[in-house]
Amino acid sequence: MSTDNALLKEYSQREYQHGFVTDIEADAIAPGLSEDVVRLISSKKDEPQWLLDWRLKAYRHWLTLKEPEWHNVHYPPINYQDSIYYSAPKQQPKLNSLDEVDPVLLETYEKLGIPLEEQKVLAGVAVDAVFDSVSVATTYKETLEKEGVIFGPFSEAVHRFPELVKKYLGSVVPYTDNFFATLNSAVFSDGSFCYIPKGVRCPLELSTYFRINAQNTGQFERTLIIAEEGSYVSYLEGCTAPKRDENQLHAAVVELVAMKDAQIKYSTVQNWYPGDADGKGGIFNFVTKRGACRGDNSKISWTQVETGSAITWKYPSVILQGDHSVGEFYSVAVTANHQQADTGTKMIHIGKNTKSTIISKGISAGRGQNNYRGLVKIQKGATNARNFSQCDSLLIGDRCGAHTFPYIEVRNTTSKVEHEASTSKVGEDQIYYCRQRGLPTEDAVNMIVNGFCKEVYAELPLEFAVEARKLLNVSLEGSVG
Amino acid sequence: MLEIKNLHARCDDTEILRGINLQVSAGEVHAIMGPNGSGKSTLAHVLAGREDYEVTEGEVLYEGKDLLEMEIEERAANGLFMAYQYPVEIPGVSNKYFLKAAMNSIRKYHKQPLIGTMDFLKLLKENMKLLGMEKNMMERSVNEGFSGGEKKRNEILQMAMLQPKLAVLDETDSGLDIDALRIVADGVNTLRSPERAIIVVTHYQRLLDYIVPDKVHVLAEGRIARSGDKSLALELEADGYAFLDTCSA
Repeated sequence: MSTDNALLKEYSQREYQHGFVTDIEADAIAPGLSEDVVRLISSKKDEPQWLLDWRLKAYRHWLTLKEPEWHNVHYPPINYQDSIYYSAPKQQPKLNSLDEVDPVLLETYEKLGIPLEEQKVLAGVAVDAVFDSVSVATTYKETLEKEGVIFGPFSEAVHRFPELVKKYLGSVVPYTDNFFATLNSAVFSDGSFCYIPKGVRCPLELSTYFRINAQNTGQFERTLIIAEEGSYVSYLEGCTAPKRDENQLHAAVVELVAMKDAQIKYSTVQNWYPGDADGKGGIFNFVTKRGACRGDNSKISWTQVETGSAITWKYPSVILQGDHSVGEFYSVAVTANHQQADTGTKMIHIGKNTKSTIISKGISAGRGQNNYRGLVKIQKGATNARNFSQCDSLLIGDRCGAHTFPYIEVRNTTSKVEHEASTSKVGEDQIYYCRQRGLPTEDAVNMIVNGFCKEVYAELPLEFAVEARKLLNVSLEGSVG
Repeated sequence: MLEIKNLHARCDDTEILRGINLQVSAGEVHAIMGPNGSGKSTLAHVLAGREDYEVTEGEVLYEGKDLLEMEIEERAANGLFMAYQYPVEIPGVSNKYFLKAAMNSIRKYHKQPLIGTMDFLKLLKENMKLLGMEKNMMERSVNEGFSGGEKKRNEILQMAMLQPKLAVLDETDSGLDIDALRIVADGVNTLRSPERAIIVVTHYQRLLDYIVPDKVHVLAEGRIARSGDKSLALELEADGYAFLDTCSA
C-alpha cells in the first residue's frame, strides 16, 4: 500500500503531458489498418508487451467479425482501410486572434455562453499570457493529488500504473464484446484513466479540466474509471462547442468499475459535427459504454445530452452485480436535420435488491430519426429487482421519426419492472398559442423542449445543465417551420 | 382603436369572411354573435394572426398601424390578446413559467426592464385570488389536465396579467357552468377600462347579462348583417337568427 501512495505522489508531481514527445510530431502514416499498424501504434506509445499482445488479440478477432446490421440507422459502408490510425498530436495554435476565426463558429460559442478565453483554446488561437492554462491545470492537479486521486491520460496510466490498468482493462467491456469495441481495443488512441482510492470523495468535477485542456479527443478513445470502496466521483465528458474531425468514425470505449459503497456519476454532453444541411460529412459516434456495479450498495449513473453526430449509436449500460446496487440512465437525444440516433441502455440485474431507473427523452426535428433501444434484464438470482423506465419522444414538425424498441427479459418472479412511454408533438397550435402571448416561435419551441427535458437536466451537474439547455436551443434553431 | 375595412379571408379554398366592416374604440365592449359557421371564430383568429387563414382583401388598422403586416407575437406585444375557445395544453411547462416568460418577452419587445420574481409572484397571487383559482394551478403545466372551466379561467388570468389594450374573447362562455361564468365575467369586468377595448364572441345572450356590451353585431355568412346595442342581443335570444333569412346575402 505504501508503495502505491509513493507512486501516486510521484505521478501527480510530474509535469503534465499534453501529448506525445515532439520528435514524433512530424510523423504521418498512410491510411489503412493492418497488424503492422497496430504494432506501430503500440510502439509509438512505448507500450509494454502485455498491452501489445492484447491489442493484437483484439485485431485478429476483429478480422473474424462482421459489422452488425440490426440497428435502425442507415449509413454508407465504412471503408476501414481509409482511415489513418495513428495521427500526430495536437498541433500548435495557428491563429493569432479571434478575429481570424469563422464568425459563425464564434456566434455559436457566444450562444453557448462559452467564456472568451476558452473560445480561444477551442478555436486554436494562441492563448493570452494572462490566461495560463497550464497553471490552472497545475492547481487542479494539486487538489486532486492531496486526495490521492489519479486522473490523467490513459497512455500515461499504462506506464505509471500498469497493474491497475492490466487488472481492469477489458474487465467490463472485453475485447470480444462487439465489432466496434474490438476495433477500439486494437487501435485505441488515448483517453482518460481515473482512479479514486478507498473512501475518497473526489473534490472536483472531473470535467473543467477536460475543456480547459481542449483534449485532442481521438477517434478511438479508451476510458477507464475505477472507484474503490466507499469512493465517489463525478466525471463530465465532452464539450458543448461543436467539434469537427477529419475522421468520420468515432468508436470509443468507456469502462466504469464501482466497488462496494462506491458511486460513479458519468455525464456526457456530445456535440460532434452532425453534418451539413444535407447530412453529409457528419461524425459517426459508435460508442460502447458500460459500468459494473461490482460491490454491494454501489451506484453508477449515466447522464447524457446527445445533440451532435450524424449518427449516434450507443447504449451506456450498467451491470448490477452487487446486492443493493443501483443503475441509472438519464438521456436527452436530439436528432435534427438528417441526424439519426439508435441509443438507449441495458440494465442487467444480477445481485439481490438491485434497482435501475431509465429516463429517456428523444427529440426529433427536421428529418431526424430517433430510436430508443433499451434492455432490462432480470437474471434468475436477482431477487427483488426493481426497474422503472420512461421513454418519451417529442416530434417537431412532420418529417421526423421516433421509434422505440424496449426489451424486457425477466427470469425472477419477485422483480418489478415498469415501463412507460409517451409520444407527443410540438404542435402548431401550441406554437400559435405561445406566439399569441408574445413569445416568438424559437422561444416557444425552446420552452416546450426544455420543459420536456427537465427531468434529465436535473441530473446533470449544475454548470453542465446550463450549457446543455443552451446547446439544445442552438441545435434546434431553424428546425421549426 | 380597431378599424376593420372590407375584410375578406379564407381557409384553404373556402372563403369565410366576405367583407367585414367594424370599428371598435377604446373603452368599448362589442359583442359578436351569429349562427354556427358564420365566421365568428375566424374573425377572432384572423385578428390574432393565425397562419391557416389567408386575407384576400381589405385592411385592418390597429392604433393606426397595419395589423395584418405584423407577426403574431408582434400583435401580442402591441397589446392584442385572444382568449381561446379551446386553449391548448403545453406539458412540461408550468403556468407560472409560461406567464412570466410571456410577460418578459413583451417587455423585451418594448425595451422595458424585465419583471422580477417577487413582483411577478405578488401580481400573480392577486389575480389568482380574483379569479378564485387554486394556488397549485400555477405549478401545473399549462392547461394540462384542466377542466373546461379551469382552462377558460386560466385564459382570463393570463389576460389580467398581460393587461392587453384589445382583448378578443372567443366563446369564453362555452363549457362554463353558472358559477364559473360569473367568475369569468367578473374577471373580465374588472379589466374594463377607458383605455381598453374588448370584443366578445359568443353564441348566447347569457354571458352578455354579465358582460354588458356597448354594441352588438350579428355575423352571418361572413358579413355583419345587423348591428345594434345590447337590446339586439335580447331580441336574438327571443327570436333566434331566423331574421337573417330575410336579409340580403
